[in-house]
Amino acid sequence: MVTETQNKQAVMNAVEAAIKEHGTSREELIPILNDINRKIGYLPQEALEEVSRRLRLAKSQVFAVTTFYRMLSTKPRGRHVIQFCESAPCHVVGGREVWETLQDILKISEDETTPDGKWSLVTTSCLGICGVGPVIVIDDDIYGNVTPEQIPDILARYS
Amino acid sequence: MKTYRSMVLVSSDPDSMERGAQQVFERLQEEIKAFGLEDEISLSMVGDVGRHDAIPMVIVYPEATIYGPVRPEDVHFLVEEHLYKGRVAAGLQAPARELSGRIAWLSARKGTLPAEKRIVLERAGIIDPNSIEDYILHDGYTALGKVLTEMTPTQVIEEITKSGLRGRGGAGFPTGLKWSFVSKAKGDKKFVVCNADESEPGTFKDRVIIEGDPHSILEAMTIAGYAVGASEGYVYVRGEYLLAQNRLLQAIRQAEEMGMLGSHIFGTNFSFHIHIHSGAGAYICGEETALIESIEGKRGEPRSRPPYPTTHGLWGKPTLVNNVETLANVPAIIRNGAAWYRSIGTPSSPGTKVYTILGHVNATGLIEVPMGITLREVIAIYGKGMKNGSTFKLAQTGGSSGSVIPASLQDTPMDFDAYAKAGVSLGSGALLICNEDTCVVDLAKVLMNFFRRESCGKCNPCRIGTQRSYEILDNISKGTGTLADLDTLLELADNMNQLSNCGLGQTAGTPVRDVLKYFRAEVEAHIRLKVCPTGVCPVGKLITVS
Repeated sequence: MVTETQNKQAVMNAVEAAIKEHGTSREELIPILNDINRKIGYLPQEALEEVSRRLRLAKSQVFAVTTFYRMLSTKPRGRHVIQFCESAPCHVVGGREVWETLQDILKISEDETTPDGKWSLVTTSCLGICGVGPVIVIDDDIYGNVTPEQIPDILARYS
Repeated sequence: MKTYRSMVLVSSDPDSMERGAQQVFERLQEEIKAFGLEDEISLSMVGDVGRHDAIPMVIVYPEATIYGPVRPEDVHFLVEEHLYKGRVAAGLQAPARELSGRIAWLSARKGTLPAEKRIVLERAGIIDPNSIEDYILHDGYTALGKVLTEMTPTQVIEEITKSGLRGRGGAGFPTGLKWSFVSKAKGDKKFVVCNADESEPGTFKDRVIIEGDPHSILEAMTIAGYAVGASEGYVYVRGEYLLAQNRLLQAIRQAEEMGMLGSHIFGTNFSFHIHIHSGAGAYICGEETALIESIEGKRGEPRSRPPYPTTHGLWGKPTLVNNVETLANVPAIIRNGAAWYRSIGTPSSPGTKVYTILGHVNATGLIEVPMGITLREVIAIYGKGMKNGSTFKLAQTGGSSGSVIPASLQDTPMDFDAYAKAGVSLGSGALLICNEDTCVVDLAKVLMNFFRRESCGKCNPCRIGTQRSYEILDNISKGTGTLADLDTLLELADNMNQLSNCGLGQTAGTPVRDVLKYFRAEVEAHIRLKVCPTGVCPVGKLITVS
């Protein structure tokens, strides 16, 4: 299983890089988890175990912190993550219709990943871009003033 | 697109009505039409304007010219001169006297239009945020220089206290008082924390301040550090704000190279270091004790208070936590003096407030205006009117924990005290303007969904209360609610308010309580008639038979 070994190595490298950047004190736990999450796309079990060993923290503590924050995920996600803002400012200007269209087209609902591993759909609270709601964020790309009609075109940009 | 050039208000308190305000209003309607101005002028009746010596009164914006007493036969001349020819209608003006009461802010503006007044956004969009030189060219770091070379820490705190600056995070706590608490707290190590975990839905003012003018926050924090006796500061930036984090990191490097941050600032014995800490997506971390827990690397669960952070904060040390917008006011106050700051805004809430305008208006975005502006002005002047000429139904202030403001309160000046008197709150400065197509049940459900998800789960009233409230609102929206549910909702709101550990749970019931106070009939329609009057909820639309 070459790929599994390679994956494991990538995870360990990410942990190593984050610790090199931030050190091993308790206050750096969240920045470290943030870095690994960004690099791997989520926080696999072995990453959390390695972090708890290196920072000398109980595994339960690392897990508790990880599951508290929305930007940290313990589940693998698709190649592209669609964040949909479900807060009131986006909701009242047509967000609801955008959300229904996203679910219809991708045939998945909240917190799910398409069977081909391409898309994950997550809801988020306000992203601070409310002047141009409804807002969706795909990976690092922000789309504002989104209408249901635009969604197929937006999704087609990603391979 | 509907925008108005002028806004005409007619006083309609009982005395004015007795003296012909209705006739004046109707004549205004006729004359405005006769001059073909109906698309350019908005006309409305307002309540008590706060003086009764020259009623009925007619007030014309944006000039804020006050006419009175106006008789129906004066109206033709007034419209022709002021609205058509654009000059003051001579002889009709009310005697110069200050207004008091609900729209007393008019006098504070000295007859000028409620213009934007920029203090905290003074440089945002004007300077290059990546250049410390540009900041210095625009008065940057002069306040810090003045503080370190000419003022004692006590004098700095006195100046901030005299300015009347109040915290802009939502609670409106006097900033000078908070600084003096930390200054007096015992301990050789103290911290200054800038709360940039802006997560109230609809609020993005702090992001714009940091992205546009990062050095102003560093300067303000250093001044605060000198005043309270701290040598280290943290900016807690929400995880979603990557650009803001990068701008701050770069600004810190530049300021340290120039000797305006770090060791021996300006060659004095004062040293101050600032660290950036990124959040990871949790609304609750905007609560100051949760934020402190998060900096320490833990779950962002609020602590029990007292003791307050001013004595037991970060790592148990005295800690000053201030919002970004609050801090951004500090350098300007030091540069221009407390008296200057007091000349802006209202007496109980000096200075400006940054608002985000959202929802069903023609122009959404960010404005900074003196405290005391009204919702009507915000919508007409900065929102450029309601979208597609629709009708204003309600505004939701301060993100999710703010109040639901019905149209009847749109002439209440927006400052901490006037809003508190009216039983509503200013919150963090988001104004979500909603038109008549907005269903209050649907809105309350969305807001409660937010609290349900963002509740940290530490204390039961909030964790269970938000979930149960959401379930009830969901039932009502589907037509399966009962009238008894409404009592339960109010009871849950009260319980959360009185028993929750922190502000999230304490305010989670506010939107529901406001909706039941101002829009109960609409909620009951979902229950009694199984109909959603706006047609938004799944329960079913109102069918009108012609």
